[in-house]
Amino acid sequence: MNREQKTPSASETVISTAGLARNFGHTQAVKGVSFSVAEGEVFGFLGPNGAGKTTTISMLCTLLTPSAGEATVAGYDISSKRTEVRRSIGLVFQDPTLDEYLTAIQNLRFHAYAYGMPKRVRDERIYELLTLMELWDRRNSSVREYSGGMKRRLEIARGLLHHPHILFLDEPTLGLDPQTRHRIWKYVLDLRRREALTIFLTTHYMNEAENCDRIAIIDEGEIVALDRPEVLKDSLGGDVVTLRVEDAEAAAAELFARYELSASIETDSVRFKLPRAEEFLPGLIRSFSSKILAATVRRPTLDDVFLSLTGHSIRDDRPAANQQLRRYLNTPGMKQQLS
Amino acid sequence: MRQTLRGIWVIAYRELLRFARERSRLASSLGMPIIFMVVFSEGLKRQIGALAVGVDFVKFMYPGIIAMSVFINAIFSGLSVVWDREIGFLKEVLVSPLNRSGVVLGKALGASVIALFQALVMLALAPLFGVPLSLRIVLELIPIVLVLAFSLAGFGLLIGSRMRSQQSFQVLVQMVVFPLTFLAGVFFPVNNVPRWMEIVSKLNPLTYGVDAIRRIFLADEISAAMRASSHPIIGVTVFGHTTTTIEDVALVGLLGTALLAGAIFSFNRHT
Repeated sequence: MNREQKTPSASETVISTAGLARNFGHTQAVKGVSFSVAEGEVFGFLGPNGAGKTTTISMLCTLLTPSAGEATVAGYDISSKRTEVRRSIGLVFQDPTLDEYLTAIQNLRFHAYAYGMPKRVRDERIYELLTLMELWDRRNSSVREYSGGMKRRLEIARGLLHHPHILFLDEPTLGLDPQTRHRIWKYVLDLRRREALTIFLTTHYMNEAENCDRIAIIDEGEIVALDRPEVLKDSLGGDVVTLRVEDAEAAAAELFARYELSASIETDSVRFKLPRAEEFLPGLIRSFSSKILAATVRRPTLDDVFLSLTGHSIRDDRPAANQQLRRYLNTPGMKQQLS
Repeated sequence: MRQTLRGIWVIAYRELLRFARERSRLASSLGMPIIFMVVFSEGLKRQIGALAVGVDFVKFMYPGIIAMSVFINAIFSGLSVVWDREIGFLKEVLVSPLNRSGVVLGKALGASVIALFQALVMLALAPLFGVPLSLRIVLELIPIVLVLAFSLAGFGLLIGSRMRSQQSFQVLVQMVVFPLTFLAGVFFPVNNVPRWMEIVSKLNPLTYGVDAIRRIFLADEISAAMRASSHPIIGVTVFGHTTTTIEDVALVGLLGTALLAGAIFSFNRHT
């Protein structure tokens, strides 16, 4: 993977970071990340909970001061030009940030006032976005009466209201059902076609990451890979074969002895990578001496990429780290570092 | 500067919108002073005679209740910050280009307008309690209520900028704000209580706020009482000097300015 080639040229770069890091006490949440995002790109941060995704996004959005490193967003330094950065970005947070006692329209108007939008532009834009998000008919309902998916759509509409150059989406579809998730993606990709919008998102859903032009895989505060999703998957070198066996240890040993395949061992199965596995499998099954109970072959996913890079699955949620961060953030003394 | 002004009106606008949409809050904040008024005046009317010439207990307590309702409403501006933090809405505000000073002042303005509205509702009920009204009273009350409300909002916001949960804010209100309110001379004249309570009351800034509002309603009675004695039973006398309305308002206003500045500083640092 040639990272230099993938890095957009300086003229069209809208986000660039160099050694951006953030500590919480002795915990290094983000350990110096460097990347750049081109204009019009959908750029994803993929990683498990607690990997440092939200911390990175919070720094880029000026809600958190970096402990080290620097970054520019829309051409403005995130530390010295905060107001300009804030004006250039739209943000959809992971946790809800709507005022549920107000109606959709009132929430959007508040946003328009806060960003100083002229009245004519504002009303047209509200109509346009609420129609796009299919919320226009419910514009005068209290947000309290909205479903989770409707709220998220309203948050996205609000994030886009002031014509930001860059839209930040922190886990935009967390906790939504697959159908709603699919719809939200349809809107987001639609929007990106209609306006010259750059989208920076974080996710721990694999299929969501597939929608990105490029993804950075982040684990324990570090970027372990950065490229287009297909390139990352191709880099694994073939299909993923999973054999459910009676004795995983013995099967792995046999695979290595006979075919020089190094398989990873899970409780009742072994997994290895191989090009054109469907042609190889019949022969293997015929002559394998360990008992095979089931065999599956599939194209590699980003989860496999993640597993091969980090040695653990992205689904192994490690809430402990995340909760630690939350607890830390809730200590009043620590707030002084937030700005 | 433009961002500060925008912040003030946008935030104040939302505070008022919220207030108007939350019927229960409207009802409860009006209900409490009215209940105090009715229960105490009816309950004690026969026990307590005139406190000074021409001042019966109801006439004495009524301005105090208005002051109390202004204090409570203003301090609740801090609760509104804590609430916004809990529901996440504060993030929407913090990531917007509005600056922090504007946000703090907007919360204070919103709370002050709400406090004024409630004072005016109480004022409209004055005839029911047999309290005489005049145009002078209304015109004097408005600016003084706004100054007191802004000052107390400074206190509420200073606390709110540090608190993470509504519960802890409520506890603080019960442990600090209620005692201070009760010791501010709402229900009794602070010149005529046991020595220790007199000292505590006269160190309590809220006392001067209550006195400022009481002076509007009892202007004639207080000057008559002062003529009769250098130690009048109503009004606040410190070291032999009975404070004037201007002094009362200036004292609370200066303290409030300091508290608001503190709230802005704290908000800038901690959020």
